[in-house]
Amino acid sequence: MSIFPLQAFLLPLSQNPWTYAVFGLIGFAFGFVLEMSGFGNSKKLSAQFYFRDLTVLKVMFGAIVTAMVLLFLSSAIGILDYNLVYVPETYLWPGLLGGVIMGFGFIIGGFCPGTSVVSTATLKIDGALFLLGAFVGVFAFGETEHLFDAFWHSGYYGRLTLMEVFGLPTGVVVLLVVLMALFMFWGAEHLERIFGQRDLKREPRLRYAGAGALVLVALAVLIIGQPDAADKWARISTAREAALTAREVQIAPGELLASLGDDKLNVVMLDVRSEADFNLFHLQGAQHVALDELPALVPSLLHEPAAVTVTVVMSNDEAAATQAWKTLQAESIANVYVLEGGINQWIATFGAGDAAIVPVAVDAGSDRLAYTFPAALGARYEAARPSPHEWELEYTPKIKLERKRSPSGGGCG
Amino acid sequence: MTTAAPARPRFSLRGIFSRPEKPYIHPYLGGALLGVVLFLAFLVTRNGLGASGGMNRYVAAVQDAVSPGHIDQTPYLLKLAGGTKNPLDDWSVPVLTGALVGGFVSGLLNGRVKPEINKGPRISNRARLIMAFSGGAIMAYGARMARGCTSGQALSGGATLSAGSWALMMCIFGGAYALAYFVRKAWL
Repeated sequence: MSIFPLQAFLLPLSQNPWTYAVFGLIGFAFGFVLEMSGFGNSKKLSAQFYFRDLTVLKVMFGAIVTAMVLLFLSSAIGILDYNLVYVPETYLWPGLLGGVIMGFGFIIGGFCPGTSVVSTATLKIDGALFLLGAFVGVFAFGETEHLFDAFWHSGYYGRLTLMEVFGLPTGVVVLLVVLMALFMFWGAEHLERIFGQRDLKREPRLRYAGAGALVLVALAVLIIGQPDAADKWARISTAREAALTAREVQIAPGELLASLGDDKLNVVMLDVRSEADFNLFHLQGAQHVALDELPALVPSLLHEPAAVTVTVVMSNDEAAATQAWKTLQAESIANVYVLEGGINQWIATFGAGDAAIVPVAVDAGSDRLAYTFPAALGARYEAARPSPHEWELEYTPKIKLERKRSPSGGGCG
Repeated sequence: MTTAAPARPRFSLRGIFSRPEKPYIHPYLGGALLGVVLFLAFLVTRNGLGASGGMNRYVAAVQDAVSPGHIDQTPYLLKLAGGTKNPLDDWSVPVLTGALVGGFVSGLLNGRVKPEINKGPRISNRARLIMAFSGGAIMAYGARMARGCTSGQALSGGATLSAGSWALMMCIFGGAYALAYFVRKAWL
C-alpha cells in the first residue's frame, strides 16, 4: 500500500483528534502564503482584470502546476495513491453558472472567500465587509437551494478527470498543463509590460530555472507513467493473498442475501462473466462488466459512499471474480467481497426447486456455468431474486465494514 | 555586583503593529510556495485547500444553535448539521480558522496589519464597502452553487485535474473579465 495519504485521514477525523491540528497547520500555511503574496489587498487582486498586475493568475497557476507535478510524481513513484486523493466531482451546469456568478462577485467585491479571510486578518475593512457578505451569501444559498435542487444536481459526471475527457495518458495531460501555464505566464508578463508599464528586464532570471524545473518534472511523470492495477496489486499482494487463502473475503450466498435485505447497506453487485452467461441468468440488481472493462468502472466506484457500500464480485465459480477482486483491491475500493462458489453455488442454494434449471457436469475450477436454462431470462428466474425474509441460512459472517471518512465531508469547498 | 544590562528595545504591542511595511513576495515564489502547501495537504490528508466549505459549516453551526428544527427540514442543511451531527466536525473548519491566524501572523511580521480600505481613487469609502459586502454575498452564493470556491475548486480541483474544476475556473475568470469594464470606477 502507498504510504500516503496517511491512514488516519481515511477514517472519521474524530477517531484521531490530532488530525484537526494538522488541518489547522495546513490552513495556517495557506493563509500565511496568501498574505505574503499580496492576496489580502483587493487593489492587487482586482488589477488582474484590468491587465495591470497579473499576480492572481501567476500565483494561482503557479500553485496549480507546482502541486500537480508533485502530486503525479508522487503517484508515479508509488508513495501516493491518487485514487484516495479527493478529486471534486463534476456537476457541470451548476459548476459553470456558479463559476460565472463567482467571477461577478470577485470583480464587484474585490476578493474571493479565502483571500477575504486573510484580508480581514490584517484589518482591511473592505475585506471584513466582503467576509460578512460571504456569510450572508452562504446562508442565502442554504435557504434557497431547494428551489432549484434538480438543477443543482444536473450535469453529474462523477470523478471526471481531464485524462478521461481528452482520452490522454496522465503524463501527457500534466505536460500539456505545464506548457499551457508557462505560455500564460509569458503572455501575462507582456500584458503587464503593455498595460502596467512593468520593466521585464528587472524580473528575476531565476524564473527561467523554475520553468525548466517544472518541465523536467512533468517529463519525468510522463516517462515513469502512472501505476496500473497490476503494479498496485504487486505492492499489496503479500498481505491480501493471505486474506484470499484464509477465505476471509469470500461471502456465502446467505450473507449476500442478508446484505441485500439490509436497508442500511448499499450493495453493489458486479457480474464479471461472459455476456452470454449473464443473459442466461444473473442476480437481480447485478451489473455486468467484463474483466477488462473493470478499470473504467473504478472512478464511479470510488464515489460510492464508502462507509455503507459493500461491493460483491461474482463469476460462475470464483476464478474470474477473484481476478476482479484483486483489481478492485489494487484500486483502493473499500469493502469488496467475492461471492463464494459464484453463480453455481447460488443456484445450488436458491434454484434447487426450479425444475427448468438443469445441472450439467463441468470441470472443477473451470469457472464455467454448471447449469442449462430453457431460455435467457436473465434475472426473471425465481432463483435470481429470492426473498431475504423467506430464507433462513446458516453462514459465517465475513463482512466487516471499514467505516471510512467521506473525503468531501458532505460539504466540499 | 551590578552591571547594566545592554539596552534592549522593550516589547510593546504598539511596536509589533508599527513595523515597517515590507513588499509582497514575487508572484512566482508565492505560487510555488502555495503549490507546495497544496501538495502537502493532498499528500498527507487526501484533501486540498478550501474556504467557502468552512464558512458554510460555521453558518450551519449558528443556524443549528438558533433553530435545529429548521436544519432537519432543509435537505441541504441536513447533510451538514442534521440530527446530532456537529457541523464543525469537518476538515474545512480548522483549515479556514488556520488561514485566519496564518494571514494575521504574516501580516504582523511584514507590517501589514493596519486598518484601511483598499479601493480605486474615484470611489467613496461608503460605496466601496457596499460593493465589498454585495460582492461577498454574490461570490459565496456562486461558490456554494459550484460546490467550492477559488480555493476548493479552482486551486484544489485544478491540481488534481478534475474536469469540472477546470471548466468552472474558466467561468470565474470569464465572468470577472466580462464585468470588469462596467465596474472600472471602483478600481482604476
